Amino acid sequence: MSSDETVDSGRRNLLVATAAVGGVAGVVAAIPFGMSMLPSERAKAAGAPVEVDISDLAPGQMKTVEWRGKPVWIINRTKEQIASLRTTDDKVSDPKSEKLMQPDYCQNETRSIKPEIMVAVGICTHLGCSPTEKFKTGTESGIAADWPGGFLCPCHGSTFDLAGRVYKSKPAPDNLEVPPHMYLGDAKIVIGEDKKA
Amino acid sequence: MSTINDGLKSVLGWVDARFPLTSNWKSHVSEYYAPKNFNFWYFFGSLAMLVLVIQIVTGILLVMHFKPDATLNASGVPIAFASVEYIMRDVPWGWLVRYMHSTGASAFFVVIYLHMFRGFLYGSYRKPRELVWIFGMLIFLSLMAEAFFGYLLPWGQMSYWGAQVIVNLFSAIPVIGPDLSLWIRGDYVVGDATLNRFFAFHVIAVPLVLLGLVSAHILALHEVGSNNPDGIEIKKKKDANGIPLDGIAFHPYYTVKDIVGTVVFLAVFSIVLFFMPEGGGYFLEYNNFFPADPLQTPPHIAPVWYFTPYYSILRAVTYPLFGIDAKFWGVAAMGASTLILLLLPWLDRSPVKSIRYRGPITKWMLSLFVIGFFILGFLGTKPPSYEFFGMIPGAPVAQLFSLYYFLFFLTMPVWSSLDRCKPEPDRVTSK
Repeated sequence: MSSDETVDSGRRNLLVATAAVGGVAGVVAAIPFGMSMLPSERAKAAGAPVEVDISDLAPGQMKTVEWRGKPVWIINRTKEQIASLRTTDDKVSDPKSEKLMQPDYCQNETRSIKPEIMVAVGICTHLGCSPTEKFKTGTESGIAADWPGGFLCPCHGSTFDLAGRVYKSKPAPDNLEVPPHMYLGDAKIVIGEDKKA
Repeated sequence: MSTINDGLKSVLGWVDARFPLTSNWKSHVSEYYAPKNFNFWYFFGSLAMLVLVIQIVTGILLVMHFKPDATLNASGVPIAFASVEYIMRDVPWGWLVRYMHSTGASAFFVVIYLHMFRGFLYGSYRKPRELVWIFGMLIFLSLMAEAFFGYLLPWGQMSYWGAQVIVNLFSAIPVIGPDLSLWIRGDYVVGDATLNRFFAFHVIAVPLVLLGLVSAHILALHEVGSNNPDGIEIKKKKDANGIPLDGIAFHPYYTVKDIVGTVVFLAVFSIVLFFMPEGGGYFLEYNNFFPADPLQTPPHIAPVWYFTPYYSILRAVTYPLFGIDAKFWGVAAMGASTLILLLLPWLDRSPVKSIRYRGPITKWMLSLFVIGFFILGFLGTKPPSYEFFGMIPGAPVAQLFSLYYFLFFLTMPVWSSLDRCKPEPDRVTSK
């Protein structure tokens, strides 16, 4: 078609309409492709609650169990360790646990149901590494002379106190997550389920 | 003899009437005129092609034996991890193919970084080569994706936790982030679904994109012609036949030159391949010889060396800003540090292209940039608490050089135009 011929606007409009409808069809067809990459029904169904026996967990010890593919820590804190949470109050960024990183029954000073037993998902809220336990205090920890014990993330250096509260000016934005959990008697914890559920 | 020649000619004539074989050979090879003053720095483009071929050939052979399966086998080892061990121990010459592929990944980045630095030295990204540079940068980004997807496949500890960290980078994006990283992973944790899709990306999707981009990179280059160490356009001075006076045919002149480069490269590559295939823990990290354990992050995790400068920039941001937490800004800084390279053709306002005719400001800025890049890279391999000589803390040094990394680019329009440049010659010079 040479340039001096006039455009047949009827045909041009038909072309535009065809292209637009075809484009919409293309986009719609891409939706199932994108959706196929979402977690499968099998992946969604996985993740049953886990029962843990803590009768052998002595004060100052920690146990790691797997829940939904993630490490969950259960720590039996000593009296000194619980007391250290007072000293870290002004060093952590969210001392009162205002952000909802825990069920409301754990939104307290120790972030736990029982003051001594801490349950937390051992995944750093920065980029998902699992922090290392640094229970030794002071210079022996290799962190700081006044280190009261806690956790250090090996990936980007975020530090957490013994209630999983993140220290200020660290890359991790939030406290460690406390999963829903409940006690079956004194020595058994169910992780992933609580009384309200 | 002449009958054979005549026969070949008639076959070629038959093909040429149906497919532009001779004309393409001429325009891209035998009559592509490249400047006659190429130096050492001009080896790395063809070497990158060589490494690409090595990776494709060894990759195809590895896929014949590798199994992308995160479930545990009868002895409790993840099948993917066990299949890599099987390649190393039981497949005939499997160790060689696998080490060529893993060493090839590091070689690819060595060659590409040197190739990019050549562009910095001689202003190869400047007009009219902006698209050559942009296609090249897209190749660089695809290559990083390719390397990242590939690193998950052996399903070792570093594979697993590296993927965990990088996929979680996306969750830092406000609003859509958490759903986005879920979509990338295909599960709530890095798992079998993640391994399978990363395998698909590594062996099909990204290689296809890479091959397309490499073609575009070369087509764009051959449209505008190669730059040279003097940074002047050879097309401005042509002879009576329209051939640049300072141009020589790519074939045979540069094909022969590139053979020399290839021989030297393969000698160095073989030394690494046969005597230090793990590269002292930098090419294959020691922790990756342990199968993935979702409950335990290794005590020290760092990416492979070619990602460490950007990883340092990610770690350098520890302050929240505008009510968004530091995690997002770290990720944003890391993304920006790679994307800012795309803008280079428009940030550089110098009247000359080549470092040979640029003034002292450029030389200082660029030298400091290279030093900073190496220091960031070095610190990225160390834990965040690292101290130089046990006294100078690494974290503030990384913050300083991260800041300089951005200042180098963002202030480039100012210092590149202020610099005292020397006059460019009319014709290319040879040393």
